This record gives sequence, structure tokens and C-alpha cells, in this order.
Amino acid sequence: MSVTIRQVRTGLNGDEAVAYAVLHADVDVISAYPITPQTIIVERLSEFVHNGELDAEFIPVESEHSALSAALGASLAGARVFTATASQGLALMYEVLYITSSLRAPVVMAIGNRAFSAPINIHCSHDDAYAARDAGWIQFFAETVQEAYDLTIIAYRVSEDERVLLPSIVNLDGFILTHSVEPLHIFRDSKDVSEFLPQRRPVNPIDPDNPITYGPLALQNYYMEIKRQQAEAIYSSKKVINEVFEEYGEFSGRDYSPVKSLYTEDADTVFILLGSTAGTMRYMVKKWRREGRKVGVVSLTLYRPFPEEELIESVGDAENIIVMDRSFSYGSPGGQLYMDVAATFMKRGLNPHLVNVIYGLGGRDFTPEDAEKALEMASKTDVDIVWIGVRGDNYG
Amino acid sequence: MAKTIRRLNEIPREEYFVSGHGLCAGCGIPPMVRIALKAVEGPKVVVNATGCLEVATTLYPHTAWTIPWIHNAFENAAATASGIEAAVKALVRKRGWKSYKVLVFGGDGGTFDIGLQSLSGALERGHRFIYVCYDNEAYMNTGIQRSGATPLGAATTTSPAGKVIPGKPENKKSLMDIVIAHRIPYAATINPAYPIDMWNKFAKASDYLDRGIGPIFFHYYSPCPVGWRMDSALSIEVARLAVQTRLWPLYEVDHGKLTINVKVPKPKPIEDYIRIQGRFRHLLKPENEHLLNNLKKFIEVNWERLQKLSELNYIF
Repeated sequence: MSVTIRQVRTGLNGDEAVAYAVLHADVDVISAYPITPQTIIVERLSEFVHNGELDAEFIPVESEHSALSAALGASLAGARVFTATASQGLALMYEVLYITSSLRAPVVMAIGNRAFSAPINIHCSHDDAYAARDAGWIQFFAETVQEAYDLTIIAYRVSEDERVLLPSIVNLDGFILTHSVEPLHIFRDSKDVSEFLPQRRPVNPIDPDNPITYGPLALQNYYMEIKRQQAEAIYSSKKVINEVFEEYGEFSGRDYSPVKSLYTEDADTVFILLGSTAGTMRYMVKKWRREGRKVGVVSLTLYRPFPEEELIESVGDAENIIVMDRSFSYGSPGGQLYMDVAATFMKRGLNPHLVNVIYGLGGRDFTPEDAEKALEMASKTDVDIVWIGVRGDNYG
Repeated sequence: MAKTIRRLNEIPREEYFVSGHGLCAGCGIPPMVRIALKAVEGPKVVVNATGCLEVATTLYPHTAWTIPWIHNAFENAAATASGIEAAVKALVRKRGWKSYKVLVFGGDGGTFDIGLQSLSGALERGHRFIYVCYDNEAYMNTGIQRSGATPLGAATTTSPAGKVIPGKPENKKSLMDIVIAHRIPYAATINPAYPIDMWNKFAKASDYLDRGIGPIFFHYYSPCPVGWRMDSALSIEVARLAVQTRLWPLYEVDHGKLTINVKVPKPKPIEDYIRIQGRFRHLLKPENEHLLNNLKKFIEVNWERLQKLSELNYIF
């Protein structure tokens, strides 16, 4: 692999890394409302605009609902657009999530993943990402600050591809990534990045010379066909995502794929999870391997469209699957990722022993000891959902 | 300079909002939209909040719009327009794209109530667009439910003229005062019975946008024969009476200067206005005389207030 574009090694927190990615993507319009923990993204972007480093319109909107509404308007007008949010903000913009994907507007949004209220809590859960899972957005999960930077640039290429035309979310764990400084490589400027991510070439933008009615009323006689096309669009985006991952690998020297796996080939037990905790689990899996235990881990970089084939392939013949959810779907058969994984196996007639581990809600630490407890649970057959580290809980 | 007119036959015949839509006979919305799209010069796009105008003009795969038209949701038309306006600025500057004007149409529900925050934010941020609230004084599209724009005493499906509570107990919210409190360069009321006044206000707005002056807000009196329970032939008549009774003053605030555009030296009795509308008919019963008196008082105080404000050089 030959990397031709020079990069700079630096230290940034996750928010700053996303802000630099947005700067290097040369976006035209940013609309955002401050909400912890993504606030730093907006602050840095404001600085870039006010200091003349980024030629963009920054709209300091009065709510997240308006943040995404303005982003959608700007995207339909043909601009490259960015917004960011977290938890309550995502909940407030929920209505517009669906409209954005349905109008096929390639907005890119970062989520500093954070727990839903109540009780109000500003720390990490995946409630917001999961809340958006059915909304027709492509969703990426970053494990590191480097990935947050790279995936933001990748997201623009994927979303704006005329075979896709869907919005993307880049998830990065609130505080754990948004506020942690990590070493990473970034490109020098937008000119360098433009070789991978050229100017947006919008399909059917707002144009008085070619008037289009965007967002009409479609009733029983048309609605379902439109929705069917949308379903097809996100499924078929995976081909483009894989192409873009490969191209970015050649461009940056960093490889991306829908799933990342470690020690899964001969594993009897495999953990499946999203986000920054993958680092902890990789550390643990290496430790367990040294102890002779056949454990592997799979983390999903791509969450929507759900990478079913890649997941099945990477899990192999493991008998025990432990799915880790940093959220819960109240009253459901299990956590959100657990249900996705269960359906993925079931569709193929596979029936491994599935355990759902609920961990780290509201930013609670997930320690190596917690990982040990989670592994213990895999051998129990009378347990399907385990909340790790909860006081007063028999299984904690 | 946008064309100003003195006679109706000076209005150009070419239409940008065309036939085939499903708005009701006697609806006040189409005459305003047709005038707005003609009087505001040059390339333009429309952002439409959810409501009568939106659902009745874009039933897929048909459309009544010959210019770009965007519907996002109910409460976010002003925010959507903010994004488009910002994008135009960026794309003109960075890529040499052609500029165009942004017009927003929202009903009273989408403006007075659910969209007020989005409107306020956009006005405060100073986006260069024209926002028109077509006010038919209730949620007409969903079946005539009361809104913050419904006048005192009016019967709707959620403020019925009951035996204990005769219609809406609360006053209409003064949206113009809220908008003016944002100190935007130009805000005015418009009315379909005064199309020349309406045209010339849109023409002024067009010139302001050409000079980079905005945002601009219009509060439009939009008769609704279905919701107001009146003969659809009376729409323009009722609109004229609204002005002639001093209930709906036609005025503008241009860079802080308030001017009453149509003087009403001898106001007609409000009874003439309410008699022809089913939504108000119960107010003429003797037991509801106090409500009628409250309405009269409201009209008197409001007119006097505007008179006094119009005597000032500036109100902000």
C-alpha cells in the first residue's frame, strides 16, 4: 500500500478530531446547537469560521430540531452540510431524522453518544444512536479518536455518492472519546483531502431553472413504493461503503471494514459490541488467550446498514455469543444490538447460546473485572440478560 | 426596483402558483400566494410549513408550484429557510452559483404555536427571507381546532360554543408585536380585500431582499369559509369588514417606523363582521353580551395603541 498524502501526527480529543475532519471536508454550511458532550465540535468549528480557516456559513440555531431542519434545507440547496448532537438533542430532532433520510439529503452528523434523561446524565450510553437506528441513516461507530476523524471524512464520501444519497451519523462515545486526547494522524488541509473527497456534486439540488417539489404529500397510492425504494437504498449502500473503505485505506494508510474482529477464528466464545469499549475487550481477549481461553471479540464499525454477512463470517463457529449493549430497550426481548444479532443468526438457521450484557449506562466504567464477570455469564444457561456492575443485582 | 402598482390590471398575468390544487372555494390563501410570487422579483423558492397550503397543492405526483418548493415539517419552516438562505450565501461565494430569494408560507398553527420558536430563532439570526403567516385563525386543515390565533369568543371544534363556555375564552395572541420585538427591518399586515396594498408591500420586500435587507414578515388575514362557517362568496367581503371594523388594522413597521396604511375614520360595527360568520353567531345572544363587549374593548384599545405608536418617529 502506498500512501501519497502527507499527514500530521498530533493529539486531539474526539470532538476536535471531528471538527478537523469537517474543516478538511470543506463543508459549506454548519448548523448546530450546543449540547454536552459535542459542544467542543461546535466551538472549534465556530473558531475555524470566525478566523477565516473555513469558508462556511455557521448557523447558531436555537434548538436541535432547527439544527437538523436547517441542515436539511441547506443540503437540499446543494451545500455540503454538517451538524452534531447528543442524547436529548437527538431526541428533539427525531422527527427530522426521518424526513432527512426520506428526502435523500446527504447530511453528516456526529453524535457524542450520551444517555437519555431521566435521571439527567451527561455521560455515555448508546441510547441516542439506537433511537436513530430505524430512521434510515447510515451509522458508523468510532472506537478511537482516529476513527472519529477518519469516519467523518468517509461519511461524506458515502452519503454524497449518487448511488447512496442518504445521511450518515458518526457515533463517538460521549466523554470517553469526545473529551479524551489521543494521538492521531490528520491530513494537512482540505486541499489534500479533496483528492479523496472532491467538492459535492449534488443530484437535483434546489434550482429555480429546474423547479422541483420537495417533500410533497404522498398517500396510500404512492407512499409504500417510496418507502420500498428507501429500504433498498440503505441496503445497497453497503457496496459503496466497502468501496469507500478500501479507497480510504489506500489514501490514508488506515484500513476500515464493517466489522473488526480479533481471535475469532477458533473461539468458542465471542463478544460483539459497539464503540470505545472494544479497546477494553481487545485487551481482555489477549489476556484470556494467554490464559488459554478461546475468546474472541467483534466490534461493529458499521451499525446501519447492519453488516449481517460480515458479522456471521467473523463470528465463525463460536458456541457462545455475548452481545454487549450500552443501552436497553425497555420491555423488549433484550438490548438493541442483541436483537439485531439474534435476528441475524436466526435468519440463517443458526442457534448459538446468546447472552446479552448491559453495561456502562450513563458513563459507568466498564472495567477488566466487569469483563471477567461478563465472560462467566456466557457459561450459564439460565441467564439471557445480565446487567453488569449494578448494586443489589444477583448477577452483578 | 420591483414594480409597484396603483390598479389591479397592472398585475402581470403569468402565474407561478397554478390551477389544479385542492384549496377550498373562497379560501384566502391562493390570492396572496399568487400576488407574492409575482410581486417578489427574480428567481425564488418557497418553503412551506405543514398545513392547508402544503397538503392541498402537492398531492404526489401532482404539484401546483412552477418554482422550487420545499416542505420539511410543521414547526420548522423558518429553520429550513435559514438553512437554504445560508447555503445560497455559501454557494454563491464559494462556487459562483446563482442566487435566489427564499419565501416561507406557514399557517397560524405553524407560526403562532408550534413554529414560534423556529421563527423567533430565524428572525433573531437575521436571515434574509420573507416569511408570510397566512392566518385563518384555527387549525383548519385538521378540522378547525383552536390555535393561539383564534380570536376571543370564536367557536372551533376544540373551543365549541358550549352552554358553560361559549367559544374561545382567550384573546388572540399578538404575533405582530412578537415579531416586531425582534426589531426586524420590515413587518406588515396584509389582507386580500386590499390587493394593491398587499402587492406594494411584497414589492417593497423584494427590493429590500435585493439590497440584503431582511428578514421580512407578513401577517396575512386569510378567510376560511369552511372554518368560519360562512358563504364562500363572502371571503373578500369579510376581509374588508375586518379592516373596516378596525379589528384587523393594515399597518407596517418599516425600520422601526409604524404606519397605519388604511385609515378607518368611521369604523363599521363589529356586529356586521360577526353576523356573517357561524363561528361568532353565539356572541349575538344576550347572555354573551359581555364577550361581545370584551371584543369591542379589545378593538378600541388596540386601534388607539397603534394610532399612538404611529405618531412616534420610531418605535424601536
